[in-house]
Amino acid sequence: MRGLAVVLIDENPVLFKTMCDEVPLHYGQGMSSAVRNRNAMIEAFVTSEPLIQAAFEAGVDVRLGTTCWGLYANGPGVHWLPGTVAGLADEERGWLIGAEHVIVAAGRRDMGLGFPGWEKPGVIGATAAVTLAARLGALNPRRVVILGTSAEALSAAVALHDAGVEITAIVEQAAEPVGPGHLVTKLRAAGCEFLTHHIVREALGRESVEGVLIAAVDKTGRAVGEERRIECEGVVLAVGTTPVVDVLAALGCHIAFQPERGGYAPVMDMDQRTSVHNVFAVGDCAGIWPEKSLDRSIAAGEGQRAVGAILGDAKNYELTEVPEPDVPTYDISAYRMAWVRASVIEARAEFHVCQCEEVTAREILEVRPPRYLGWQGASRNDRSLFSLLDKAPPNPDHVKRLTRAGMGPCQGRRCREQIAALLALQATVPLGAVPLAGYRAPVRPLPLVIASQLLETADQARHWELWFGIPSQWQSPCEIPEFFTVATNEVTSRE
Amino acid sequence: MTEINGASVVIVGGGVTGLSAAWWLAQSGVDVLVIEKGIVGWEASGRNGGGCGHVTSPLYAEMLRLWPIMDELLGYPTEFSANRIHLAVTEEQLTVQKRSAAALNPGYRCELLDQKQLRELVPLAGDNVAGAHFYHFGGHANPHRTVQGYAWGMQDHGGRLMQHCAVTGFRTEGERVVGVETERGLLGCDQLVIAAGPQTGHLSAILGQEVPMASARAEMIVTEPLPLMPYGGVDGNGLHGRQTLRGNLAFGGGPHEWLELPEGGVFANPSTPLMGHIGRRLIEMMPKAAHARIIRSWAGVIENTPDGRPVIDRLSTFPNVLVATMSSVGFGLSPSSGRAIRDVVVDGACSFADISSFRLARFARLEPDWRELQGWVALATEDR
Repeated sequence: MRGLAVVLIDENPVLFKTMCDEVPLHYGQGMSSAVRNRNAMIEAFVTSEPLIQAAFEAGVDVRLGTTCWGLYANGPGVHWLPGTVAGLADEERGWLIGAEHVIVAAGRRDMGLGFPGWEKPGVIGATAAVTLAARLGALNPRRVVILGTSAEALSAAVALHDAGVEITAIVEQAAEPVGPGHLVTKLRAAGCEFLTHHIVREALGRESVEGVLIAAVDKTGRAVGEERRIECEGVVLAVGTTPVVDVLAALGCHIAFQPERGGYAPVMDMDQRTSVHNVFAVGDCAGIWPEKSLDRSIAAGEGQRAVGAILGDAKNYELTEVPEPDVPTYDISAYRMAWVRASVIEARAEFHVCQCEEVTAREILEVRPPRYLGWQGASRNDRSLFSLLDKAPPNPDHVKRLTRAGMGPCQGRRCREQIAALLALQATVPLGAVPLAGYRAPVRPLPLVIASQLLETADQARHWELWFGIPSQWQSPCEIPEFFTVATNEVTSRE
Repeated sequence: MTEINGASVVIVGGGVTGLSAAWWLAQSGVDVLVIEKGIVGWEASGRNGGGCGHVTSPLYAEMLRLWPIMDELLGYPTEFSANRIHLAVTEEQLTVQKRSAAALNPGYRCELLDQKQLRELVPLAGDNVAGAHFYHFGGHANPHRTVQGYAWGMQDHGGRLMQHCAVTGFRTEGERVVGVETERGLLGCDQLVIAAGPQTGHLSAILGQEVPMASARAEMIVTEPLPLMPYGGVDGNGLHGRQTLRGNLAFGGGPHEWLELPEGGVFANPSTPLMGHIGRRLIEMMPKAAHARIIRSWAGVIENTPDGRPVIDRLSTFPNVLVATMSSVGFGLSPSSGRAIRDVVVDGACSFADISSFRLARFARLEPDWRELQGWVALATEDR
């Protein structure tokens, strides 16, 4: 069998300064200074996944520390590309490579969930916390509170516990843990306290998280009863694990809300093929469900099916039937909205849901212009979300354009799911009715000095125009002839 | 909510031109209804550089008068900022700039900046800049905020808006269009305005007099916010754009690609690696921004008429129908284009400018294959 030339791109281990920007995960400034040691991080990352070595030995061109910030292909709106193209960058260089087939295995990230103090260092997404603790040995907080009890949240708790992190409490707004019982039993046996019908009211601490105030909530998400302080150095957000679809969505692959796949996920055929015929999605970015989170072989099977489709020899892989996602036992739309209702809407004080652009929940729902425009006092500055709506659910991009929520340098990584839930709650529609906020290349912030290295063909440079390059567009009206024809158009024919 | 059955004036197209016209009409007490297939300003009106230029347009003088008072007139912020600076990176660019500065109408003031002024006014520029002109007119504004301001302002004056409502056809009686057929039923009208961007060609063709147009893709990039320069309206070196009031650099330009418009449809995300080439020109012009990071790029599909000039005119086939396209220069001129459309609809003629150059009849002798003759055709491609 012919072997294909394979390039494997992985942005890990992520640079310290990129982590500081909360890209590509919500690191919450929880990384230790060990991350600055590049060689140690590369070694730790490679050691944490034996298949990297296996791929290297099989002759795969493995490029670690390299970001894929965009995929491009011809389609109805673009005709000039030479084929499917990936935009890549490392610390110093930016370039494009072409490919006959693309397999995207971009993984997972976590829905952000705000509460007063959530901007403090130490509030971390679960995927970032597990990566830092279990794969890189570089997580600062040693004692953490975990929010959420899904299979993904509980697996993260187990991984953190195994990495030596003390889990002081697992907080859940729902009445019972929503994840598998055996993990609850295991974590209880390890001494983790489960606090159901509870939320975090505030993260305390001066420079970083030093503790949290928690409170019980009633069925509507309102805090009731006494607040209690728990000492911890970190808060791990694990209320919604979502597929990383940014590069697929920016390419134009069809992405749909699929609760059985953890939210917005690519629409694929049985071979993991997306709506773009030569682009496949495998692993967590193709869908996250409890059984898959607990059993690596499901994701591995997805990879093999994609390879079988590319090589046209699927039969060589002895694959059993395609595993169907096991539908979570809870309604992820209602569950995520309940978290946002209790934590954000019922919060005891205002805070920035969008940290980059400093936009509060109220400013989002009232569609307020950003404060730096100085329109707070204006009499008609009281438009609500409903003034944008007309026979359709709210669109996060519409709200983003007016409030700037989700428009900052972290590219909405910490706020987009929260904002979607806020909009769904306000419009009383399920989460899946709110369209996916748009993703645009570059899906990682890309310095101009690196983007500018992309090769420009002589033909492109020759046809460069400030605008459309139509000379007659700029003629004075008195020079306009009675009839316009191409043949008699002097300004064009002069060209 | 009561079901809407129609209005005295129905406007097809919730872009900046249609909404400005609707706002002007509503202010005049006209019963106006805008129907939009998606969300207001979702296409070219929301995907442009926000420049308020086009000095040779008959609508320009009125535009200059209106922009500084638009926030007050609308009741919503547009982020309008006055004046522009054009940088010339090369001597060749400076020569072109000097030539067009010399050709300016004497009413418009413009001066060549010295090196000290240049460093103060454009701190992101480098010593490599050959020169720059300061224009004491024009400016830039935020397209998204302005579009929504027109929509809200129109509604404040009693105008109505139906979003997510695509037009499927027209109902006619003799030489009159009496209603617009939509996904949400028939909407009656006394007068109809079609300001539907790239769709205007197809919709006018249904009514027997096609507005000739072709559409092309244009692309822009946006960086993370940088410290504010004294004037945001700075561009040059083959780019148009601005620094927003938040501090982001938003610039576009490039070879544009002519496209076939899919039936009734629009393109989702047609941006390309052109992003890097825009970035290169940007840091040639503003080298001190070289380490700023691009956080978005986007593309828009924009229509042009064969001579690149607007059409604001009544159809000869159905005189109660006005067609309007600003031919790719719609945003900046929108304060006055809406007023011109209002005037034609209500009074029969534009009260403040001679817009006879916008007449549709100028294309009566246009070659049928004008797109091919001008090279405005889509490249052949294998579809994915």
